[in-house]
Amino acid sequence: MASENGELTGAGYIKHHLTNLTYGQYPDGTWGMAHSAADAKSMGFTAIHVDSMLWSIGLGLLFLLIFRSFANSFKKENPSRAQVAVESIFQFAQDSKNSSFTPHAKNDYIAPIALTVFVWVLFMNIMDIVPIDWLPELFVLMGVEYMKVVPTTDPNITLGMALSVFIMIVYYSIKVKGPGGFFKELAFQPFGPKMLPFNLLLETVALLAKPLSLGLRLFGNLYAAELIFILIAMTFSAGIGVGLLGGFAQMGWAIFHILVIPLQAYIFMMLTIVYLSQAHEHH
Amino acid sequence: MNINLTLIGQSITFFLFVWFCKKFVWPPMMGAMEARQKEIADGLAAAEQGQKAQEVAEKEAAELVAQAKTQAAEIIASAEKRGNTVVEEAQETATSEKARILDSAQSEVEQQVFAAREELRGQVSSIAVAAASKIAEKEIDESAHAALIDDLVQQLKAS
Repeated sequence: MASENGELTGAGYIKHHLTNLTYGQYPDGTWGMAHSAADAKSMGFTAIHVDSMLWSIGLGLLFLLIFRSFANSFKKENPSRAQVAVESIFQFAQDSKNSSFTPHAKNDYIAPIALTVFVWVLFMNIMDIVPIDWLPELFVLMGVEYMKVVPTTDPNITLGMALSVFIMIVYYSIKVKGPGGFFKELAFQPFGPKMLPFNLLLETVALLAKPLSLGLRLFGNLYAAELIFILIAMTFSAGIGVGLLGGFAQMGWAIFHILVIPLQAYIFMMLTIVYLSQAHEHH
Repeated sequence: MNINLTLIGQSITFFLFVWFCKKFVWPPMMGAMEARQKEIADGLAAAEQGQKAQEVAEKEAAELVAQAKTQAAEIIASAEKRGNTVVEEAQETATSEKARILDSAQSEVEQQVFAAREELRGQVSSIAVAAASKIAEKEIDESAHAALIDDLVQQLKAS
């Protein structure tokens, strides 16, 4: 267990688990690693969560390289089981795109986006199943103070992806409908041109709600999962009876998350497809 | 739980990964999968075609066999008929030959019977004349009674 000021406390344990490894600019202008949650807070926006970024990029690269190697060593006859599994994921992304993306528009990026989003988010979510103390403790032994290994429990990560989706929504809306068409969609609906300011307010809120809900849904689910795992882990130090109970609780919670983890990845992918589909549709 | 540059970093990473996936991961895999799908579809189509061809060939073969059977039956029937006629003809020829042989034999027999009878009659008449001349050696004038004797011979001949 981690310690705050060398003292083992429940609050310190939770805080340690919820603090990112942060590199950023201190208020006095110098750059450096944050040594506490307060340090990180003082850095404001000019900071980066090194652990979130590295795990996120690492898992994303893992996905891309694994899938690319399967594409390169594709065997038409007698494919290995792993290849069949990877193929079915490709097919799953293609099917999701076919079922949810508007058939009136053609966009070769949608299916790869769906694949990337699904597998990447899935990989990041799966880190939640790894017993929560293993990796952070390993890094403490290596002298790294903080280590959050589940990138999707970092709102920066989920909202960062949602931001990209939002940018794509705006980009494709303008590309497909033209700037005027996009503005019309925002201003003349749902109540007609006479109610323009009201329409604009309503549609803008609706537009902004898309990425926000997309990012916060994923973050909320995974953050809650992580928090419950932390709370369960705290029972391990409360005697053998409670600890045993906690062991079963952790097992149950982990089994439950075998369901939640792919489900959240799936929801993120589907919503991305649907939002982009809406961006391609004329009203 | 601070919002900071990580947001931007993740956003950029997202675009880079999507681009990489679209460029280097999606096309080779999907291309290979589609190629295989096409191959399988082609194979199935070829198999179906082969099956159809086989069905046609089987039908043709059955037709040929049926044709051959009827032809064979016809040939057998005509051969039997021909055999029968040959036998009948032979029988007819034999019958007529038999009749002819019998006829000729009969006429020969008749001829010989006739000849024998002539010979016998000649001998009888000469014997009768001899006997008569012996009986009437003195009393009968041979020349006076020649007409009578000739008449007698004629009568014998006629009988």
